[in-house]
Amino acid sequence: MEQLIQQIVNGISLGSIYALIALGYTMVYGIVKLINFAHGDVFMVGAFIGFYSISYFHLGIFPALIISMAACAVFGMLIERIAYKPLRNATRIAALITAIGVSLFIEYGTIYLRGAQPQAYPNVVPLHDLKIFGVVISGQSILILAVSIILMVLLQFIVHRTKIGKAMRAVSHDMDAAKLMGINVNNTISATFAIGSALAGAAGVIFGMYYTTIDPLMGIIPGLKAFVAAVLGGIGIIPGAMVGGLLLGVIESFVSAAGFSLWRDGVAFVVLILILLLRPAGLFGKNVKEKV
Amino acid sequence: MNGMKHTKGFWLSIVLAVVIGIVIQFLINGEILDSFYTNTLYLIGINIILAVSLHLIIGITGQFSIGHAGFLAVGAYTSAIITMKLGMPFPVAIIVAGIVAAIAGLIIGIPTLRLRGDYLAIATLGFGEIMRIIFLNMNYVGGASGMSVTHMVTWPWVISCVIITIVVITNFTNSRHGRACIAIRENEIAADAMGINTTFYKVVAFVIGAFFAGVAGALYAHNFYIIQPTNFGFLKSFDILILVVLGGLGSMSGAVIAAILLTIISTYLSNYPEVRMVIYSLVLIVMMLFRPQGLMGTKEITAFFKVGKTAKGGVQNDKHTVA
Repeated sequence: MEQLIQQIVNGISLGSIYALIALGYTMVYGIVKLINFAHGDVFMVGAFIGFYSISYFHLGIFPALIISMAACAVFGMLIERIAYKPLRNATRIAALITAIGVSLFIEYGTIYLRGAQPQAYPNVVPLHDLKIFGVVISGQSILILAVSIILMVLLQFIVHRTKIGKAMRAVSHDMDAAKLMGINVNNTISATFAIGSALAGAAGVIFGMYYTTIDPLMGIIPGLKAFVAAVLGGIGIIPGAMVGGLLLGVIESFVSAAGFSLWRDGVAFVVLILILLLRPAGLFGKNVKEKV
Repeated sequence: MNGMKHTKGFWLSIVLAVVIGIVIQFLINGEILDSFYTNTLYLIGINIILAVSLHLIIGITGQFSIGHAGFLAVGAYTSAIITMKLGMPFPVAIIVAGIVAAIAGLIIGIPTLRLRGDYLAIATLGFGEIMRIIFLNMNYVGGASGMSVTHMVTWPWVISCVIITIVVITNFTNSRHGRACIAIRENEIAADAMGINTTFYKVVAFVIGAFFAGVAGALYAHNFYIIQPTNFGFLKSFDILILVVLGGLGSMSGAVIAAILLTIISTYLSNYPEVRMVIYSLVLIVMMLFRPQGLMGTKEITAFFKVGKTAKGGVQNDKHTVA
């Protein structure tokens, strides 16, 4: 029983990282219908910015988190303006290939600038391990949970209670109609990329805290899995991404606990294929008939 | 009457390819080309097969598959098991590798090809990764440390596989089945309404593509002395995808040209691996921003030799309509 709860706690910690990344995927997909493959690399850049601000500027964890989120927001907007905006009316395949290109460019640009060697992450978590009913919850897990819950609540607030959130919902519903209603679509899309990338940046920093090493290619697998999480919850749906991320994290930690840790990466893709075949719209999605 | 001309040009290009193949064989025998160049030629051949087989799936049928390295892996491991573990000759390995990859394509294609666009792309990507993880966990084929394979690839094998691949896929494209596939690419719903069995043709194109990817896998395995699951990650799938997209979606000669050019470029850049990938990705982004239809668009290289003829009959459509 304790073992079970322990695995659920581990799974939720891992899952909230996936959920934070998945939110960016889902928001961007909901608004421009593009799988932003570079999103996993924004996550990686966020982890490195956090690392540099902690170890070279001796900042605490929370200033580092905020700096990393701000820098990633700007980075995400730059990616959108430079690479994706000119292709907004191009074919889907051209946009997808560009996204892959941007992803490779960020990865290997980082390797070119600092080398491919992994980097140990400084442990500056101010929280101690917590023991409840025989289940040990590490300081890192508490931090991850706290940060993700705060960010998700904040995101819900932005999307449902502010003007820019309203604009984002309108644009994702119908871009042309939103334009006719006087919404500045370009700014709204930029804001979406900024918010999504900021969440990825935060996920990068807490990922570094949790796994203690980071490297330039670390964004690929979490990025893909976060995408699986987004599809699992129903792509374009914000609560879906949160639930999908948590679910995927829990599934993965159970598979690891059952002694199949080498198969862990495979499970995410099996889940992906099953969900695509059985319920392509995702857990929270509605099935939309395609019109000619 | 037009068909006669088509077959004439077709046989002419086959003869040309055979002649080039023989000339290169003499150059290799005469040791004019050293092992570096020979190896580059083998690589070019393998990449052409991969590019052309993916071209059939993406460029002709319009099904956006990014898990092609999965079939490459299936072919490579199957052929390695046949020659190294069962001790059978290399030609058997090539054929069986193709057939096993085709069966894998069938098993994956039937369920996943119901999906469209981005979802299909992600599902095939997931499949490719699952294949890699399966080989990673199979101790019979060496797990993560890989499997060592004897070098058996010679130039005649490479060139004949390339020629057969191109002949089969060209003929398929020009047949009524190929036209059905193109109709699916242009508009799946309309094709369905015209009485084309869309699922059947999508699966057929997928299986043929997988077969040749398996053949390429057999050549790949017996050229590199060792095969490891990391060689078949989704970066490999992207490499193949890039060949097809840079060449021009829907243009086979574009895929072939891109395979030749990019193999040569990346061979020369392989001493600087970091710079190589940076340049690679920049080329990709710039290409998509300024020439999203690729080098050739949907045109074939033969179109440049008959200027004026196409003005009457052929459709001049620069816009590729994939996905």
